[in-house]
Amino acid sequence: MPIFRGNSPKMFLGTLVYGLVNSVILALVAMGFNMTFGISGIANFAYGALYILAGFGTWILLNSLAIPLFLAIPAMVLITALVGGLLYRFILIRLRGMVISEVIATFGIGLAIVEMFRFLGFIHVKYSLPVFSDGSIFIGGVYLDFQRAFIVVFGIALSGTLWVFTRHTRIGLAFRGIAQDERTALTFGIDSDRISALSMGFGGGLCALAAVVILPLRTISVDAGYEVLLEALAVCIVGGLGSSVGVILASFILGMAQTFTAMYWGPHWMMIVTLVAILAILAIRPSGLLGKQKELEERI
Amino acid sequence: MSRDPKQRKKRLDRGIKVRSGDIFVLTSWREMLYVLVPRVLPMLFILVFILVATPYWKRVLVSMAMTGILALSWDLLVSTGLVSLGQALFFGMGAYVAGTLNHAWGWPYWATIPIATIGGGLICTLSLIPVLRLRGIYFAMITLVLPLVLVRIIEATKIFGGTEGLSGLSTFHYAAEELGISLLAFAAVLFGFRRLMGTDYGLVLQGIRDNDLSVISAGINIYWYKAQALFLAGSVGALAGAFMTHAYMFVGMPVFALDYSILPIASAVVGGMGTLAGPALGACILVPLSEALRAMGPLRVVCYGLFLVVFTVAIPEGIFPYLQRKYHQFEYWVKVEV
Amino acid sequence: MKAFPILEVSKLTKDFGGVRAANQVSFDLREGESLGIIGPNGSGKTTLANLISGFIRPDEGSVRFKGKEITGIMPHRIAQLGLSRTFQMARPFYHLPAYKNLVIPLFSPRVRRLSGGKYGDRDATAIDLLEEVGFERDSFVPFKPASVLPHGYLKRLELARCLAMRPELIILDELFSGLSMAEVSSTVPIIEKIQSEGKTLIMIEHRLRELFRIVDRVMVLNYGRKIAEGTPKEVMESDAVKEAYLGSE
Repeated sequence: MPIFRGNSPKMFLGTLVYGLVNSVILALVAMGFNMTFGISGIANFAYGALYILAGFGTWILLNSLAIPLFLAIPAMVLITALVGGLLYRFILIRLRGMVISEVIATFGIGLAIVEMFRFLGFIHVKYSLPVFSDGSIFIGGVYLDFQRAFIVVFGIALSGTLWVFTRHTRIGLAFRGIAQDERTALTFGIDSDRISALSMGFGGGLCALAAVVILPLRTISVDAGYEVLLEALAVCIVGGLGSSVGVILASFILGMAQTFTAMYWGPHWMMIVTLVAILAILAIRPSGLLGKQKELEERI
Repeated sequence: MSRDPKQRKKRLDRGIKVRSGDIFVLTSWREMLYVLVPRVLPMLFILVFILVATPYWKRVLVSMAMTGILALSWDLLVSTGLVSLGQALFFGMGAYVAGTLNHAWGWPYWATIPIATIGGGLICTLSLIPVLRLRGIYFAMITLVLPLVLVRIIEATKIFGGTEGLSGLSTFHYAAEELGISLLAFAAVLFGFRRLMGTDYGLVLQGIRDNDLSVISAGINIYWYKAQALFLAGSVGALAGAFMTHAYMFVGMPVFALDYSILPIASAVVGGMGTLAGPALGACILVPLSEALRAMGPLRVVCYGLFLVVFTVAIPEGIFPYLQRKYHQFEYWVKVEV
Repeated sequence: MKAFPILEVSKLTKDFGGVRAANQVSFDLREGESLGIIGPNGSGKTTLANLISGFIRPDEGSVRFKGKEITGIMPHRIAQLGLSRTFQMARPFYHLPAYKNLVIPLFSPRVRRLSGGKYGDRDATAIDLLEEVGFERDSFVPFKPASVLPHGYLKRLELARCLAMRPELIILDELFSGLSMAEVSSTVPIIEKIQSEGKTLIMIEHRLRELFRIVDRVMVLNYGRKIAEGTPKEVMESDAVKEAYLGSE
């Protein structure tokens, strides 16, 4: 395999750095979707819509309402989480248990939100979020802009926080309880509906966090609503729905593979990597690298 | 929704429905009319439409037939318990197989379409077989992801014509031929599927959706049956794609676009999931509506999305079962027996 | 009754997370025998049924049916071999008429094989089957949707579903649960008829009095382990069983 096709180890190192960034971005994006599913079994197909909702929402708060960035971001994260929770409380709660209806409903909502933004004309270069700080650091032989560096640090910190959260707080433990065995958790007095609403809110909040951190890298495009859903799904398919470690693993595999392919063969091969990864997983381990979603064993 | 808690709604079959069961329908003209009108009326409608329509609207009719086929394909899958968010996958696969055969070797449409139907169906089924053993969500996820990924790959690697696609493909000889074949195909799929679901085989498929543990303990391999349903639905979707390739003399990335997945689902949900006639009806309503409201732009898709949510939550049975109920039954209030 | 064991269960073990639902369970069944499986709630009776019928894969141990190793085989294949089971939660196809519920088992490859390659008239066979399990023949009951059937009828429908497969070994998971005394009394003759046809039975039950009259042997489970096996009388006098049900001093 021609890794060093006439190029220097310096390029390899640089690619490694950008691969890391790409991996963390994928992990951040997929985390919220995976969490919601892992806790309550809801696949939130409106996830991409929530992503651009957070993005455009922050932009509106910043530019139309002149709210400073450090307030706008937490506000938008909360608002998005709220929207996620309300989605459950008013729509999904009536469809609980009917997988087909849940999928269609979340898909429909996501569709409506994304296309509503398109209809309202949110298409222009001016729709972008500011980076947190200019400047760059020199690492691994390349200049890495501050935003990307921040993303990596943020991603690792967030993973760590989530790890602690699910093991050492009441709500976090309740999440894990429901994820492991819903019926037993219910006998412990954990309200399934409340937890499901919280899981949707949680996933929405994580989605918004990813959005405000990643979107400054480029302009906010309406089609990102579909792109993000696509990426989140791809990572979860490869890593295994419901497994946080699987998602992180898959993010790194896909992220590194994509970046190296882009650097050494050309950017247009990146999607092929995704397709190959998905087909390979389907052929070898359909439920994902660390997934355990065998149909029968769960329901019997 | 009762005015008085001591009353409840009761539904009864209309007298004429009872009188027109089986062979007794022949006893009077009224009964025969009762049974025939709902079946003949849509056909008359379409016939009249064809006669008065401009060529533009004739095109819409073709599009309606193809969307109807995709909606029927979706409905077959849903009747087996599989939610497909990617009818575009079947559509696009059939479109590209037909287009490539025609572009590369000049095969005529009456050869490419059947081959694309079977071939496209096979490719899609084989790719999706591993997912059939997993939770239902996975099928939805993969069918959503695959066509979108394929779009980007075609765009990036420029294979199969890339962004420009394959154009200058051969088409049908007459416009009437195009219209005729499309409507014939639509009718064939509709009646064929309805016939199929009415047999005990159809019962097995529905059993897999409702209670697959029971079906398994009856010694039936549910994954084999799911695969069969997938092949049927996939082939039919590929048929629609192959047909449209020749109708437009072009195939390109857009055949895998989300649009071809959304409208069939909306048609099926609005018309009535699981009934097959419902999705057909839904397509007949939504496609012309969508054409008429083309100026609205993305707002149409917003409406589809809202339709999906509203109908799923509030009117899950759909329009067709509702109309059917109103036609066959009447309601009245009865006192609740203590 | 032949001496040849139709079912050989050997050291079946299954863990669910931290719970050992089946712990080295072993027993044999001869053809035509009737075995009762009893035990307190949560002792792993249904898990055992699931393990034998293939719906759950064991972590350790093996199951042999008619001399053939069936551990880890897909459940529908096991059903095709002639091992049929009912579900504790009877879940019929609610919107279908009662007799149509039986069409699906009658559609299975095993039935076709046993009928010499043809399915025959499934509807008529279904009506006959319903009569065998106690549905009144010349009534509308077989034609009513399963959603309106009372609990007793649903249980019999479940039994009929099982019998439709023409099984050689039947696992009945709490057939009597939720039935009134009268309903149980009217169900017992049906089971005795099945026994007289030479079929092997495993009955998982809580209602011991009725069970003990029907079965030859009884096996007692507690926390996934077999703690006693023998005739009903032997088992009820065993100290281990008394302790399991009533607790120790």
